[in-house]
Amino acid sequence: MTGFEVRVNGRTHDDAPRPGQCLRTYLRGHGWFGVKKGCDAGDCGACTVHVDGTPVHSCLYPALRADGKQVTTVEGLATDGELHPVQEQFLAAQGFQCGFCTAGFLITAAALDDEGRADLPRALKGNLCRCTGYRAIEDAITGVKHVEEPADGEAVGRNLGAPAGPQVVTGTARYTFDVDVPGLLHIKLVRSPHAHARITGIDTAAALAVPGVRVVLTHEDAPQRLYSSAQHEIVEDDPCDTRVFDDVVRHVGQRVAAVVGETEAAAEAGARLVRVDYEVLPAVTDAHAAMRPGAPVVHDKDPVEARIARPADNVLAELHDEFGDFAAGLAEADAVYRGTFRTPRAQHAALETHGALAWFDAETGRLTVRTSTQTPFLTRRSLCALFDLPESDLRVVAGRVGGGFGGKQEMLVEDVVVLAALRLREPVKLELTRSEQFSGSTTRHPFTVEVEVGAKADGTLTALRVHVVSDTGAYGNHGPGVLFHSCGESIAAYRCPNKRTDAYAVYTHNVPSGAYRGYGLGQVIFAVESALDELAHRLGIDPLLLRERSAVRDGDPLTTASGAEEDLLIGSYGLDQCLDVVRAARAEPVGPVPGGWLVGDGAALSMIATAPPRGHFGEARLRLLADGTFELSVGTAEFGNGSTTVHRQLAASALGVATSRVSIRQSDTDLVRHDTGAFGSTGVVIAGTAVLRAAEAMVGALLGAAAERSGVDVSRCALVGRGVDCGGRVVPFSELAAGEPLTTTGHCDGTPRSVAFNVHWFRLAVDPGTGEVRVLRSVHAADAGQVLNPMQCRGQVEGGVAQGFGAAVAEHVDTGADGAVTTAAFRQYHVPTFADVPRTEVHFADVTDPLGPLGAKSMSESPFNPVAPAYANALRAATGVRFTDLPLTRDRVWLGLSRD
Amino acid sequence: MDLNTVVEVRDPRVPGPWLPGDAWLAGGTQLFSEPQPLVRRLVDLTRFGWPPVTLGGDLELAATCTIAELSRFGRDSGLPVAELVEQCCRAFLASFKVWNTATVGGNLCNALPAGPMISLTAALDGVCLLRTGGGERRVPVVDFVRGAGESVLTDGELLRSITIPEAALHRRSAFRQVSLHAHGRSGALLIGTADTGFALTITAATPRPVRLDFPTAPTAAELRSAILGTVTDWYDDIHGLPAWRRHMVLRLAEEIREELA
Repeated sequence: MTGFEVRVNGRTHDDAPRPGQCLRTYLRGHGWFGVKKGCDAGDCGACTVHVDGTPVHSCLYPALRADGKQVTTVEGLATDGELHPVQEQFLAAQGFQCGFCTAGFLITAAALDDEGRADLPRALKGNLCRCTGYRAIEDAITGVKHVEEPADGEAVGRNLGAPAGPQVVTGTARYTFDVDVPGLLHIKLVRSPHAHARITGIDTAAALAVPGVRVVLTHEDAPQRLYSSAQHEIVEDDPCDTRVFDDVVRHVGQRVAAVVGETEAAAEAGARLVRVDYEVLPAVTDAHAAMRPGAPVVHDKDPVEARIARPADNVLAELHDEFGDFAAGLAEADAVYRGTFRTPRAQHAALETHGALAWFDAETGRLTVRTSTQTPFLTRRSLCALFDLPESDLRVVAGRVGGGFGGKQEMLVEDVVVLAALRLREPVKLELTRSEQFSGSTTRHPFTVEVEVGAKADGTLTALRVHVVSDTGAYGNHGPGVLFHSCGESIAAYRCPNKRTDAYAVYTHNVPSGAYRGYGLGQVIFAVESALDELAHRLGIDPLLLRERSAVRDGDPLTTASGAEEDLLIGSYGLDQCLDVVRAARAEPVGPVPGGWLVGDGAALSMIATAPPRGHFGEARLRLLADGTFELSVGTAEFGNGSTTVHRQLAASALGVATSRVSIRQSDTDLVRHDTGAFGSTGVVIAGTAVLRAAEAMVGALLGAAAERSGVDVSRCALVGRGVDCGGRVVPFSELAAGEPLTTTGHCDGTPRSVAFNVHWFRLAVDPGTGEVRVLRSVHAADAGQVLNPMQCRGQVEGGVAQGFGAAVAEHVDTGADGAVTTAAFRQYHVPTFADVPRTEVHFADVTDPLGPLGAKSMSESPFNPVAPAYANALRAATGVRFTDLPLTRDRVWLGLSRD
Repeated sequence: MDLNTVVEVRDPRVPGPWLPGDAWLAGGTQLFSEPQPLVRRLVDLTRFGWPPVTLGGDLELAATCTIAELSRFGRDSGLPVAELVEQCCRAFLASFKVWNTATVGGNLCNALPAGPMISLTAALDGVCLLRTGGGERRVPVVDFVRGAGESVLTDGELLRSITIPEAALHRRSAFRQVSLHAHGRSGALLIGTADTGFALTITAATPRPVRLDFPTAPTAAELRSAILGTVTDWYDDIHGLPAWRRHMVLRLAEEIREELA
């Protein structure tokens, strides 16, 4: 190939692409990192660019065809330093959360004609966003503005824009892979084709003979040490059942070897040539079957050492508790409902796949791991334990993270890059493909939940029992935590004197389950909320009334079948206000409904602890810089949750300064001593408290320093914007910065904990002839305590509702008889699109929590939890049919109605 | 995605043998969407520079005609089937961006049950012109697709064009599509056409297109009985349960019959 030339954003590149190269990697290879890989298969739109003005998915576009053409990426949308109108609009509406999909939306929106703009559901069907639920994107494209510029010191409670907004909309925000590391080597993984097998031999000769292949790493190179990919503050919360590479494989898709090559192509070619001999072993892929006597044992390990409850029975963890006397309670009931509910495996579908880079600092010899993680500090701890490294020799950083949803509270790639880097002493990268995300990372735990509930005629509950089986898959990461949490707030949300729980997390030879938004609660809440709704129908009372009578009230103790959790309390109570919102909404007129369609409405509630149990630590550090501005360092990660914005608001408000005077560094183990990380909805409640404490300490330090400098008594000193007023003379912060360095630190240990409430309500119309369901109205009431940034908190709720809606109506990771994932692409696994997600009216209760920072509560996972049961309850009201298995796709709804 | 095993993009106008590992490249939207570890050479059909659409009585669509070009042609054509053409373009799971590169021929050659260009050209009596080094043959679209992902193309044979007879362009048509999701992949896609007779083309719900021809408009019972007598295999994948697809086909077929009556 000669004479190739392409103009990209006005710059010429004349090196020819490889024959099979797509335009996406050509552009990224030339530093146009705004072009993202979401799926690499043409389904998600994150890589959209213009070729001669025409929008195309660059992952599908043969790079050679760009010869002689003009390509515009997101970096080229702005002209002469002026943002394109759609960039301005996405900033003004904050039409993004993690921002990984944003470049694709911007480039697509910039190419829409009037017809496209008039039909956004169709025009945007080729762009997926997992975070926002699309309302914010619609507002951006239609020119609605939300972002405010609050006055100095008055940022709390206002719609401050995300600090990274300008970078996100210009494609200059740096995500995990958006760095140019010279000499970077590439890793590709060899994965198991068997559900259960012992590796009897690995022949790497052919792979090593591929030009450019540097090394092949197998179980013989991996540490013997067992660990869990799950990242928790308390390591013992998870079993240690995993090796970097094991000599036994336990699910189709398990990694077997890593091939390191000078190019991805060489690594891929090598990976195809690694010959693995397997002794195939019997496998079990059904959780109930796995518990039966004689079932193949997934982990033949010592129960104490491995922290597995009953390895021989494939029971990873179990719970058998009773509070009161369940049988007696049931005998007292006027009506009893018993039902079994099933929720499927689901994928997080964060648009940025898992991946990490590792390199050695040339001068210090220190290893840096840059990774797409929610937990930089815990990951460093895990890596150091695994490879016997002192923590001082390892730095873990996260760039901007392209979505998490719990999936990145795992160590799924970092161990491999460190193994390879330590071996080769060269920089390495491992970036999973979308297909590997599905078949080789983690999923939401599939649950089977049997509920038995009894009540008196007036709706007072007398007995509540759940029998829970969760399929943790081949490894137990998060298995115990998800199981225990699933039976926590779901049960504690109701006043009932007699409660019983029997729960099992079960090993199978399936793809591992892991942490997923809601952390088990959503699965059991689906069952409990459906059962209570059904019970109300049987008693002939209003389901909402039954909840009002039986849900916990302010001042009540919170009891599960295990009794009370010691540091969990109703710090503030907004459930009554949330239920009132629903009551008001459903009293309003229904509006037009197509002829022959059935209409019904239903609600569900959920409660969630505002932080994980038994310790979650946040740390923040604030430093006064020479120019009189402040640098805030936080340990926790930003993956679109917006906590960074709130941190800036909290710090600026406490210091009484403009938000622009607080810069933020984050997600880097060099910044603070320790931080548990961004999971369990802790970004505001825990990290935010740490920030607030650091800022409050800084206020004291500033006043003290100013008093000393001015000789005025501290009682006569006060903060005034850019300095301290000392009895009439203002000492600027920059002057204070010239003295002793001013640095303060804030900590939060995450206890005691409060609870937040969410109530969702749908009104649906159902076509019994086709199974089609239309959402006539969707209302969500949230008790988030004091809302520190309404725009962002609304976005969190909408995003959670959208993900819950996906779980309700669309999403299921399917597996074959051997456990292999059969839905390993977005064209099979349907993530809700713009057209699917209904617009939801979001209401906040007026509540102040004494435990959270400035009265705030958590609001990240929780909006997800009540959505699916509210949908099923509305469907029940419309059709009379109780649907027990998710998701409720049209075909299943039709089948359910035609069977009835 | 990158196809890293590809070592060459070949110009098919230059004579040469078809080798193992050769693959025809049209728009590339399918080829580049999945790993193709066996492909070593891409043989680039677009180098032929075929005119995308030729209307001279009959309508000839080059295999390399993009969906965007077809859509534009349909909109500007003023033909009675123009609306049907646009409906079928819109039945793609892929968005308008993919239309800019995906081709009519590529959709046929993928031979997926939900391929809307298969639906369109089968319903309009389309005939495929296939070419090998040795010669040409013509195969009706309904016979071109043999099963899910399977066509009659032999190794090295290419799809040159699809010809739609002039009469078909002037028929009345009725279109019905259903998916599990709004603007989603088709679970069933039916097209009825009518002049003096009536024809129903069933796609997406069946592994391959099913065409039912009636000399005169059928009654509801006749149509139902013809469908159930012909279709024995309702397609089963994640885009719809077979029982639902069967039900939807019967329901939509009757809607089409009534619309065209």
